[in-house]
Amino acid sequence: MNKNKAFAFRLAIFSLIRRRSRLLAALLGVALGAVVLFGLISLCRDLPRQFRDEFRAYGANLVFAGLGSARLDLNDLKKAKGLLPPNKLLGLTPLRYESVRNRLRPYVAVGVDFAQSQKTSPFWRVTGRWPNEPFEMLVGADIALNSDLKEGSFATIDGRNPNQERYAKDFRIVGTLATGGVEDGFLFMALADLEKMTGISGVADLAEASLTLGADELKTLAANVKATVPSVEARLVTRITDSETNALTKLTSLVYLVAVVILALTMICVATTMMTVVLERRKEIGLKKALGAENNRVAREFLVEGAIVGFVGGFLGSLGGVVFAQIVAYNVFGRVMTPRLYLIPLTMLVMVIVAVVASRSPVKKASGIEPALVLKGE
Amino acid sequence: MNHILEIDNVSKIYGQVVALRDLSLTVPQGQWLAIMGPSGSGKTTLMNIVGCLDSPTVGQVILDGLNLGVLSHAGLTAIRRESIGLIFQEFHLIPYLTALENVMVAQYYHSLVDENEALEALARVGLRERARHLPKQLSGGEQQRVCVARALINHPKIILADEPTGNLDETNELLVMDILRQLRDQGSTIIVVTHAQEVAAHADRVIVLEHGRLVQDRVGAKERVDNLETASLMAG
Repeated sequence: MNKNKAFAFRLAIFSLIRRRSRLLAALLGVALGAVVLFGLISLCRDLPRQFRDEFRAYGANLVFAGLGSARLDLNDLKKAKGLLPPNKLLGLTPLRYESVRNRLRPYVAVGVDFAQSQKTSPFWRVTGRWPNEPFEMLVGADIALNSDLKEGSFATIDGRNPNQERYAKDFRIVGTLATGGVEDGFLFMALADLEKMTGISGVADLAEASLTLGADELKTLAANVKATVPSVEARLVTRITDSETNALTKLTSLVYLVAVVILALTMICVATTMMTVVLERRKEIGLKKALGAENNRVAREFLVEGAIVGFVGGFLGSLGGVVFAQIVAYNVFGRVMTPRLYLIPLTMLVMVIVAVVASRSPVKKASGIEPALVLKGE
Repeated sequence: MNHILEIDNVSKIYGQVVALRDLSLTVPQGQWLAIMGPSGSGKTTLMNIVGCLDSPTVGQVILDGLNLGVLSHAGLTAIRRESIGLIFQEFHLIPYLTALENVMVAQYYHSLVDENEALEALARVGLRERARHLPKQLSGGEQQRVCVARALINHPKIILADEPTGNLDETNELLVMDILRQLRDQGSTIIVVTHAQEVAAHADRVIVLEHGRLVQDRVGAKERVDNLETASLMAG
């Protein structure tokens, strides 16, 4: 930096530091803008993850089935599972539906992996306990209400397999499942018990997976599964993924809109402060021009001051924004958010641009000041 | 004789008000000229035109061989920067800069800042030890001397001083006059607007304006300008 540039920088710094009241007013405006901007952008960047986690409570978002009317081969399901990112997979359970009877009354028995079901369907509410021993089962709330199949009792489940061979097995009912949906009309047992009872294993009707991924990523994953394991069809649970995408889009749009409003308010605040500064410093501007300063040089000095205010205010505001984002994330989503430090220089850059743009009108005013008039005190 | 300033039939009109009427004047290089006259006589208007802060409505001004009338806004700014040193009655120091930095501001707009040279300029006006003080920490006389140091730092060909001692006590007035005399002795042209006959007495030449007209032009400071009324009668 040559001597003149260093001196110009000194002029700008001294102008700000030795006139603290104006500096603080401008800094406060920029910093508050930066706090909200940084906080909102941080939340926006984190919203998809927050939303995915929230929406996982509504059940699986990816379903696997056999091609056409064929049942799903569990070996193929295993291959498909190998294509799913382990760190994004919350749970995956096969579901096998069989028509069964108890005391001649027909029911639908569903074979599942109970440990995985608790992850893919966190909305299932069980009174009693979850089955953890062989030949234990859950009954749907509607069945428990309308039959003798109740928690604590034993039930003989019988039926015929596809080979028309009869089977029968005693199950202990250890809990009642309530979801408010179709599940309330089913019997739930471990898939391994269902296989033993029917004598047919290695197949399921479908499988449900819950992944912390967005709709686009799930679509890519489904296409990849289809390409790699052709006998398996992967489909998105659109009522979940669409709701998630819609809610996320609306909330993100709202947050960006608020961010734009905040930027506009910051710009008005800085422009007003800079205009006051120009009016207060009319004599100084007149003097500089009388000493031979060109209009563009005077303008540059004010723009540099604006940029410094934006830079410092942006930095301080970003630090405040880290705290602001944490408070919002904790109070709204009940979790701590990882600070996105790369947003600090980005926020500072935005605030520098905002401050410089906001300074343009006051600077134009400064350029129009006639030295002879202001030095006479007019 | 080499004239640094030639004013030829200059008039300045603001709306209905005629500030200068058909004024002609030449100022040789190295002369100390005092401009006197009552309020509203056109002294400051003349200073502003010579200082390239304003332009005449009619007439021609040639400063250091350049016709100011044909120069652009940027050209006039360049003349102010390169050739003119300004001293104001109200000092007009930048309040958040030290005495040294106020002098360096003039260097900054002129060419390159040089702290040592700025310190020398302050030493020349007796303020070497007060270089790091802000204007509010300086007396009126000291502030005016900083203003003088700022005016002379770029070695201007012409120094324009508008009531330079108007806000000073007698001691500081003499100090400032002494500095201006030294500058004149070194070849600078000095034009001082003043109400004070004591100040005008230091000049090589005194002109008196009244209602925008030149009513007296006297070379030599020995003869006092007794009062403006007399001067006006003499012109008539």
